[in-house]
This record gives sequence, C-alpha cells and structure tokens, in this order.
Amino acid sequence: MPVLTLVTFLPLVGALVIWLLPMDSRGHRATALATVVVTFLVSLQLWFGFDRSLHTMQFVENLAWIPGFGVSYHLGVDGISVLLVLLSTFLGITAVLSSFSAVENRTRSYYAFLLVLQTGMTGVFVSIDLFLFYVFWEAMLIPMYFLIGVWGGERRLYAAVKFFLYTMVGSLLMLVALIYLVIEHYNQTGTLSFDLLEVYGTDLDRTEQLWLFAAYALAFAIKVPLFPFHTWLPDAHVEAPTAGSIILAGVLLKMGTYGYVRFCLPLFPEATVAAVPVIAVLSLIGIIYGALVAMVQPDLKKLVAYSSVSHLGFVMLGVFALNLQGLQGGMLQMINHGISTGALFLLVGMVYERRHTRLIEQFGGLTKVMPAFAVCFMIITLSSIGLPGTNGFVGEFLVLLGAFGANKFYGVLASTGVILAAVYMLWMFQRVMFGTIRHKENESLKDLNLREWITVAPLLALVFWIGIYPKPFLDTMDASLVHVLEQVGAEAPAIEYDIRGGDEEHAHLGIDAPGPEAETAPIEDADTGGGDDVSAPLDPEPTTDAGEETE
Amino acid sequence: MLDLFWLIPLLPLAGFLINGIGIKWMPKRAAGYLACATVGIGFLIAAGAFFDLRALPVDERSVTHVLFPWITAGAFHVDVAFQWDQLSAVMALVVTGVGFLIHVYSIGYMAHDPGFKRYFAFLNLFTFAMLVLVMADNFLLLFVGWEGVGLCSYLLIGFWYHKDSASDAGKKAFIVNRIGDFGALLGMFLVFWTTGSLTFDEVFARAPGLLVAGAALPTAITLLFFLGATGKSAQIPLFVWLPDAMEGPTPVSALIHAATMVTAGVYLFARASSLFLLAPGAMVVVAVVGGLTAILAATIGLVQNDIKRVLAYSTVSQLGYMFLAAGSGAFVAAIFHLVTHAFFKALLFLGSGSVIEACHHEQDMQKMGGLGKKMPVTRATFLIGSLALAGVPIFAGFFSKDEILYNTFTSELLGGWGVVLWVVGALAALLTAFYIIRAVALTFYGEPRDKKIHDHAKESPPVMTVPLMLLAVGSVFGGFLGIPIWTHLNAMHNWLGPVVGLRGDAHGAGAGHVAEAAQGGHDVGLEVLLMAVSVGLALVGIAYAVHIYVRNPAKARAIGERFQGAYRVLWNKYYVDEFYHAAVVAPFVAFGRFCWRVFDVQVVDGLVNGTGQALRGLGSLLRPIQSGSTPSYATAILVGAIVIMGYVLIGGPR
Repeated sequence: MPVLTLVTFLPLVGALVIWLLPMDSRGHRATALATVVVTFLVSLQLWFGFDRSLHTMQFVENLAWIPGFGVSYHLGVDGISVLLVLLSTFLGITAVLSSFSAVENRTRSYYAFLLVLQTGMTGVFVSIDLFLFYVFWEAMLIPMYFLIGVWGGERRLYAAVKFFLYTMVGSLLMLVALIYLVIEHYNQTGTLSFDLLEVYGTDLDRTEQLWLFAAYALAFAIKVPLFPFHTWLPDAHVEAPTAGSIILAGVLLKMGTYGYVRFCLPLFPEATVAAVPVIAVLSLIGIIYGALVAMVQPDLKKLVAYSSVSHLGFVMLGVFALNLQGLQGGMLQMINHGISTGALFLLVGMVYERRHTRLIEQFGGLTKVMPAFAVCFMIITLSSIGLPGTNGFVGEFLVLLGAFGANKFYGVLASTGVILAAVYMLWMFQRVMFGTIRHKENESLKDLNLREWITVAPLLALVFWIGIYPKPFLDTMDASLVHVLEQVGAEAPAIEYDIRGGDEEHAHLGIDAPGPEAETAPIEDADTGGGDDVSAPLDPEPTTDAGEETE
Repeated sequence: MLDLFWLIPLLPLAGFLINGIGIKWMPKRAAGYLACATVGIGFLIAAGAFFDLRALPVDERSVTHVLFPWITAGAFHVDVAFQWDQLSAVMALVVTGVGFLIHVYSIGYMAHDPGFKRYFAFLNLFTFAMLVLVMADNFLLLFVGWEGVGLCSYLLIGFWYHKDSASDAGKKAFIVNRIGDFGALLGMFLVFWTTGSLTFDEVFARAPGLLVAGAALPTAITLLFFLGATGKSAQIPLFVWLPDAMEGPTPVSALIHAATMVTAGVYLFARASSLFLLAPGAMVVVAVVGGLTAILAATIGLVQNDIKRVLAYSTVSQLGYMFLAAGSGAFVAAIFHLVTHAFFKALLFLGSGSVIEACHHEQDMQKMGGLGKKMPVTRATFLIGSLALAGVPIFAGFFSKDEILYNTFTSELLGGWGVVLWVVGALAALLTAFYIIRAVALTFYGEPRDKKIHDHAKESPPVMTVPLMLLAVGSVFGGFLGIPIWTHLNAMHNWLGPVVGLRGDAHGAGAGHVAEAAQGGHDVGLEVLLMAVSVGLALVGIAYAVHIYVRNPAKARAIGERFQGAYRVLWNKYYVDEFYHAAVVAPFVAFGRFCWRVFDVQVVDGLVNGTGQALRGLGSLLRPIQSGSTPSYATAILVGAIVIMGYVLIGGPR
C-alpha cells in the first residue's frame, strides 16, 4: 500500500469531495473530520511500521514524473521527517475539531482549504525530489493565504499579504539555489536529477557552499522564523482563525527548521560549520528577544506568537549545536512546540469564542467559572515553560545540554530563556485565570464541552507521554540524526572522562591514589571542559571514545 | 521492605492521580483519608526499609531500583531510578513522617475549605515530588523533584487564587526559584561534559580523578549548584520569596516552607558533598552566605507582627545555619539541624495555624494576647517548639545548633572566617531566642488586645492537637539523635558519616585531609565553652523578651520609637523587594516594551512596509497586468519559475 501517497493526498481528495457538496450543506465539517481521522489512522502505519534501526528512507515510492528533467515522484520518510508527518496528521484533527463552532461562514471553502493545506504540508515532509518539494512548499502558501485573508480578524488582509510576501522572498532565493545545485550536479555527473539523495553527493567548494547555504538558510529563516525575520508571525497569528494558528505554529514553522536539517546540514557541511556562530547568535537573540517581547504583550495570541519566536530559537540552537544531544533536543522540541503551542492556540481560541476578545486585561479569575479549562491551560502552560515531567523539559534540556557542550557561552545565555519563559507564561496565566472576576461578561462563561475535551485531551496525553517516556520518540530520530552528523562531519564535544580513557582506567584511578597515574593531571581550567579542539589524549594508549557519539 | 522502597514516592503519586482525576466524584472525607494513607503507608515502608538498610554492612548500604530508562542521546543517558542509602533514608523518613502528621492536621485545618480535595491532591503531589528529589539516583531526576516541589509550592501558595496577594506570591516563588534552577541546570551541564554522567555513583567516583581540588572547574560546578540552593532554600540573594509564601494555607507553610522543600538545598550539599569538598573556595562562599542570611533574617524577624512572617524569617535564618554548617564541611551537622528543625518548625507553624484558626484567620499578633489560657495544648506545644528553636538545653535545637557553631569555630576549611562566622551565628542565636519568645509572649501571654477575637478563640480539635503533641515529642527528644560527638553515641554521625564527604578518594589527598579536619579532632573543653556562650546568649535573649513583652509591654513601643530609623528599615525588610523591583523587574519590562514598540514595529516592520510601498509604486507602472489578487501572483510565480527552470535546464547547461 502506498502509505505516503495516501497520507499526503487523502486530504486533497477530501477537499475535492467537500467542493462537490452544496454550499450550505452541513456535511462539510463531517467530511473534513472523517478525512483527517482516516488520514491519521493511515499515517499510524508510519509509527508502527517504522524500522528505528535504519537511517535510510522508508516507505519509499519512486516513480518517474518528468523524466526529461530528471524529476520524479519520489516519496519517503526517515527519522527526521516521520514524526513531523505524524504531527501534521495529528494536528490536522485538532484543527478541524477546533473549527466546528468557530467557523460558521463559507464552511465549504474553509474546510476544503484546510485540507489542501494539510496535503501541502505533508508533501513537504515526504518529498525526496527537490522539484516535488518545491511544488508542495509553494502550493501550501495558497490555502494558508486564504485561511488568513478570508476567515481572519480585522487586519487580515495586511497580515495575509505580509505572510505571503515574506515567504515568497525566501522561496525565490531557495529556488535559484535549488536550480544551481541541480545544474552543478549535472555538470559533475552528467545526470540530470532533482533527487535529493543523488544531489547529496554533489561536490561544492567553500564559496559555492556559502552562497547556496545563504540562499537556503534565508528561506528557512523566514519560515522558522529566526530573528530578525519574525515580524510576519505575530500578525499572521493574530489575524488567522484558530485552526490557522494551530497549523501555522504547529506545523508550518517546522518546515523551516526541518529544511535546515534536511538540506542545509547535509548539502553544505562546510558552510554549516562556518555559519554556526551567526545562526547561534540569531537563535540566542530570538530566545531572549522573543521572551521579552512576549512578556509585554497585551494580546494573548500575540504573546503566544512571540513565545514561538523564543521556542524556535531553542530548536535552531539545538540543531546548530551540531552534536547529537542538541540535534535530538532540537528535533524533539519541534514536535513539542507543535503540541504545546498548538494547544495554547487552541485554548486561546476557546476563550476567544466565548468572549470575542483576546486582550489579557479583559479576563481574570476565569478559574472559578472554568475549572476544567484551568487545568488544561495550566498543564499546557507548564509544558511551554518546560517543567520536568512534561514534553517541553526533555527537549529543552537536551538542546541546552548540547548547546553547552558546543559552546558554554551559548548554553549559559540560552538557559536564561528558562527563567524568562516562566516569567511571561506565569504572569499571563495569573492575569487570565487567577484573581477575582472583574468583568461581568466573564461570570457566565461555560466550561469545556465534550467536543473541546476530545480536542484537547490527546494533546495533554502527548505532553505527559513525551515528558515521562520519550524513548520511542528519541529512538525514532536517533539513527537518522547520527547519519546527518556524519554527513556534516562535525565532531562530538569531548567529555573529559572519555578523553582520559573510560571506566576501567578510572575505577583504578579512583581506588588507589599514589602511583604512576599521577601523571594524568586533572583538568585545571573550566575552559577546556568541552571545547571544540580536543586536547590529545593523555594516556599512553590512544582512545577513540571521544567520537563515539557520531558513530 | 527493602525491595519495596521504590513504592514510597509512588504511593502519594497514586493518591494525587486518584484525587485529582476523581475530583468531582470522590467523597470529601475519602479524599482526605486517602491522601493521609498514602503518606502514612509510605512512612511505614520507609521505616521498614530503614531498618533493613541498617541490618546491612556499612559498605552495602545503597540499593538502587531502576524503573525505566528515561532520556538517551548519544553518550548521554539517564534512568528514572531511585536510590535508598543512608542519606535518602533519613530524608524520606522526615518527609513521610512529618508529612503524614501535617496531612492529618490538614484534615482539621482545611475542613471547611471548598477546595478541600484540590488541596489534598496538591499536597500528595508535593510529597511525591519531594520524595523523588531525595531518592533520585541521579542529578537530573533530582532536578525533576526539585522543580516539581517548586511547582507544588506555586500551586499551594496560590491555593486561594482569587486573592491577588496569594497568586502574586506563588508566581514570585516560582520565578525566583527558576533563577536558582538556572544555576542548577548549568551545574549539571558542567558535570555531564566533565564526567560523562549524571548518575550520582558514577559522578562521585569519577570526580576526584578529573577535578583538581580548588581549581576553577569544581568551583564553578559547586557555585552553580549553590545558586540553585539559594533559590530553593531561600538564602541571600534569593530569599525574598519565602516570606511572601506565607500566603498559602498554614499547614503548607509547615510542610513545604519549613520542614521539607526549603531544605532541598541543604540536601543537595550533603548529596554532592564530595564535589563541594573539592572546592574550598565555594565552601567559604556557602558558609558566609549562610551566616549572613542567618543574622539578616533574624533581625527582620525581630519586628514583624504577622505570626507567620516571624516564623518565615526564622526559617530563612535557620536555613542559614544549615548552610553555615555545610560550608564548614560539617554536612552531618547540617542534616542533623535539618531534621530537628523539621520537627520544631513544623510544630511552630502548625501551632500558629491553630492560633490563626482560633482567631478567625487573624494573623496579626498585635491583636492577640492572652490566648494561652484558652488554648493550653497549643500554648504548651508552641512553647516547646520555641525553646527548641531558641536552643535551650535538652531541646532538639540545642544539640544541632551547638554542633553547627562548634564546627564553624573550628573549621579549617573556613580559616579565619570560622571565628567571625561563629560570632555571627552566636549573635543570631541571641536574636532568635528574642524574637520567638516575643512571639510567644504577644500571642499567648499578657492582656488580650482584641476582645472580640479573644472571646471567640477556643482550642483546636484533636485532629490538629494530636499532631502538635507528636511533633512536640520530636522537638524535645529529636536532639538525642545527635548528642555531642565525643560521647561516640552520635547516631547521626555514625549513620551518615559514610555517605557524606569524599568518596573514592584519588589524588584529592588535600581535599580528603580537609574533610578529615572538618569532622574530626574534637576539643571537648572548647565545645563545652562555646556551648555555654551560646546558651548564655539564648537565655539573655529569652529573659529580655520576657522582660519587655510580658512584664512591661509599654517598653517595647518606647524602644521602637527610640530607634525609629532602624525599626523602619527592619520593618521594610531592608527594602530588598523594592530594590529588586527597581533594579531588575522594571528595566526588563521597559526593555521588552522597547523591543516590541520600537524595534519590531518601527524598525523591522518599517523596513518591510517601506519596501512594500516602493514595490507598489513600481508596480503601478504595470497596472494593466496587475490583478490585485495575491494568489494569482503566486500562480504566476510558480509558472514563471517552472518556465525559467525549463529554459535553464534545456538551454543553460553547456
């Protein structure tokens, strides 16, 4: 069974069915729901059937498409993309369910666009062919544009156009770089191919790498968004309907970070290593800047949007730590952010539906009238803060651990984000949920209904699952990420203990102090603790343990 | 019981889940009993496992139970695993023992609160987190408990969330603690990238071979952990959250903000003592900060009128003593004081809760007075707790405080600081005796100052007074666990000695020597002399407090007026909160606003919109083909792109 084709195109089929229904049919949302649920169920095969020991593409489908140009319909998933595909199909359900009572006008086109959007996103993650990738990448813009522009808030047009133009600028640069890459590959091998797996082998000199990296990196940076390319995000989020925000935050932004891992790292390893300081500093600014700006937002959605800037900074920092801890953390944090921020937008949408405002000062004391909502909101808030036991902690910890191993300075600065996250989230929570009810309208707000429970409960379950037992998720990514690091050729940060020869040596060292071991002088200076250049092993027999992480 | 010890933390977790998920359906009474039972059974298992552990030879007294692998990423691996050794056994006994009494007391104290079930769910969750903290077998799981207790503290301080002061205090506690956690996190990163592990056994076995005593690396690691400890244990500069934390229900103050959570920093020192001994410089910092906090908080405690605030500052001050002990290298003395303090401070808080309940939630001591006759049990037990806190001989606090002061005086680690810090500690003992007897006098003795409150006051029911009596027993006899060391009957030392201090000593001969010096070589004469001095000072404090608060109440006011300046500074807690607000909070908020309104909206968006305007100007030249709808641009771009690509591919290469 062509699982990936089904997962990618079932939503499109659903969209076509919806378009065939009459304008005023009540069947739009039912059809949409059925489509996303079936798609999700089909996609579960990717979870259960995925061989976690392999780093190669799985569930591969490869058909010639435009043979003259070397374009093929080549789909596949590996540890990098499989969880993102699952996240897309999962959040697809959340998005549809969240729209049930929120969207009442033009439901036919609304649900159709939502489904087309899902096809576009899934396609981005499963495409191995560069041309196919680009088609999905661009195609997904159109439904998103309409979702914001038609069903959005007051300044929806401004936001939609801003979103569109921002991403377009990036896309064009990426297109140019893509074409150059394919041509270069053709020049070297004589084969015209858009197949990423073949293009991986292209030999590029440093200058070429830097230019191409820059073009790709800019396109992805806008999508992530990396500071200072982030200003489209708050506008798009504030104006988008709830489902749009969920998808935007949950999945769309991941296309940027995914792009870095899938393209920039393996295609341009030299440029990647050279770019680390730039990207890391922009990520750090994003972490702190996003948090500070989130802190002073009067609008709930804007606050969450800026918190995304901060969180995505963590993801980027983890990826560009270029060690397994950081990369694992960054990838996991992509999933976590999709869950937590998706849920935050969902919850904000719920209060918006009830009160038709998102201004924080309009709330206060909601816990009293909406206790169940309060519990859900609290759990998601804590997950966003990265409290241990929730998903956010595992990802954030690994990111910070990896960043610290790559460069202590990065680790220290990024860790301040942990404090700031608590500041802006808890302050927001307090102003919305605690205190006494100050506005009469809030006294009669209804607590969660059954549909809302069903929408939010799976997200809560994932928060705890990943927080308490992240092993299946980390295992899924492990082999592929190890492979990416091999492609980059980055060295794992050294652990002092390994440099000095592992367990036996030390058990010995630990017991009897005097003796020849005295010549292995302990490390005196903190600065050598995890630097890039590994000092030569001090023991007589050389050890290779230091590099074991990338093997 | 030894093979069941890992159930100890899981029982309250189960209680939390049942009470939390079933909050709508659980009968109120059952919820309370269930919560108590989970902790009570936990205590029984802990006691059993303790005796089993004691039956083992000294070097086999550590059992680990792995529940499941938690996080693995390359060389990094951490399990969810619990450890049962001498130190965690002592801590678990305190947490479940004192915790159980406080749970029971709460059934009475919270009986009429509409949030009764939520309260017990949170209290159970706290107990779980605290047990994880003290039973974790690695730094990361310890950190889970560490942040977990912080969360519960946040939830319980803000338990009455409709009060702004309560939710403010909860938030403040969480954020200030997070600043400390930032340090703890960085400390863990350094430990991992040095030793390649976060598991206690591995780290402590490898550290002496990797770290040079006194070098920058161990100092950095320990100072970062110390930063974490100042947050959780409310020391300078992060002590500001604890007094505000008194917004929570009083049993919460007793359990979390006196007996257990706030001592987590001290536990961390003891657990990682072999790292701390490699960093003598950091030890001095710990001791100095502890000493300063002890005296600073004691001075503030002198003038507070809210009975819980007096106890809160007292707790900060007593935690300072524990830090002082740890910094002197006397880790056992620190844990010993932790244990006795858990008894007498929990007692004092619960006693104050009994008073507050009787006074219909009035906490201002200026409105009390003369309550002793109406509440004989509360008075008697509160007095016992006060004498224990004041360090009157035979009461629990006497032994532990004496041991700390003696160790400070003689510590070689502290060098010249030792004597100075001893003076500070002894002075703080004087102040301690004064402020707590002042509180006793204002509350229980003298004439009633508010007739209405006094008339309605009555003794609390047995569900509250029985825990008071049991804690009073502990406050009287708890000290005998650690009677002076020269008698060789010091149970604490004999029990904990093998686990705190250096392990697997390699070339850290220097550090080993220091540890030896810090704990050995007892000068009996000197200890008796120092004891006499501190007891003398305590008695002076007591006598003076009795003199002015029981005998001549007018005099107190006169003194306050005479030293008005000093009084105002103390009353305003040295203006630390105000300083933090002006120096940290306000600038950050202002900077955040600047980033948003100026940089985002004007600079970046100005640039973007400007470009858009310019393009539109350019585009008007092409009006005929401009349809005005962006999607058609998109289509055009897509088509154009494909055409260009086709052209390049066919005509371009070669």
